[in-house]
Amino acid sequence: MKGSLIILSFFVAGLLGGLSNIFPDWLLNDDLTTYALYFLMIVVGISIGSDANAFSVLRKMNIRVLLVPLVVIIGSLAGAALVAIFLSDITIQQAMAVGAGFGYYSLSSIFISKLSGDELGVVALLSNIFREIFTLLLMPLLVRYFGKLAGIASGGATSMDTTLPVIVKFSGKEYGVIAIFSGIILTILVPVLVTFILEI
Amino acid sequence: MTSYIVIGLFIAGIFIGRQLKNKEKTRKRVDKAVNYAIYLLLFLLGISVGINEDIIQNFSRIGYKALLLTIGALAGSILLAKVIYIFFFKKYQEKES
Repeated sequence: MKGSLIILSFFVAGLLGGLSNIFPDWLLNDDLTTYALYFLMIVVGISIGSDANAFSVLRKMNIRVLLVPLVVIIGSLAGAALVAIFLSDITIQQAMAVGAGFGYYSLSSIFISKLSGDELGVVALLSNIFREIFTLLLMPLLVRYFGKLAGIASGGATSMDTTLPVIVKFSGKEYGVIAIFSGIILTILVPVLVTFILEI
Repeated sequence: MTSYIVIGLFIAGIFIGRQLKNKEKTRKRVDKAVNYAIYLLLFLLGISVGINEDIIQNFSRIGYKALLLTIGALAGSILLAKVIYIFFFKKYQEKES
């Protein structure tokens, strides 16, 4: 949660500075964001790849557990697409890209604003922050009414880190491993799915 | 095009990372670099949103859209999670215990 606040405060600082026009133009140079994004993707890749724990968890899993990230993908994309039908100012494709953030708001918002414009980037930022907050707040209700996988599904990509403690608390330790597994798969898929959805 | 370069770099990063599994110090530095890159990029996103009047004037509409999309995505995931829990996890657990 503390990490989320720090990340948000950088966004808000930029926002306030932008509103009052205090920054020089070169900061908004498109090349700067592009190269920063290239750098980010390499280091995120290295960070995931060098997580020895993560890969040993992946190897131990069976097909049944693979269903968990699978239903998160199908459910998030279908649910967001359904909402888009009722909204006049967002396409189904854009809505699915936002849904494919799976709660990983920092990466998905950066990515989506690059591919589809700043406005959708902000939608992705807010929507995926809401996802993390709802998961943290609603966990006991989710587990009670929708079973022990509901919190993991709700957490999406965050079930491997920020929402893991509450998942373990309400679903039990044995579900912690499933949460990490599902979170890793979804985290890896965020940039891949967002690109795939927006570029077809 | 940018997006494919980005995916390529991401996959390359994973392979590089696989070679650094046991280098604790390097891993910590990499995680720090991830954070700094995210700070920078969200800061820059903040600026370009701040100077974009269309976005600022429609902020409540954007927030409303975001909220509805979250509800949709969550409802879909949670309902399907309940289905697989009942059919594939709950039973299995009872058999074990």
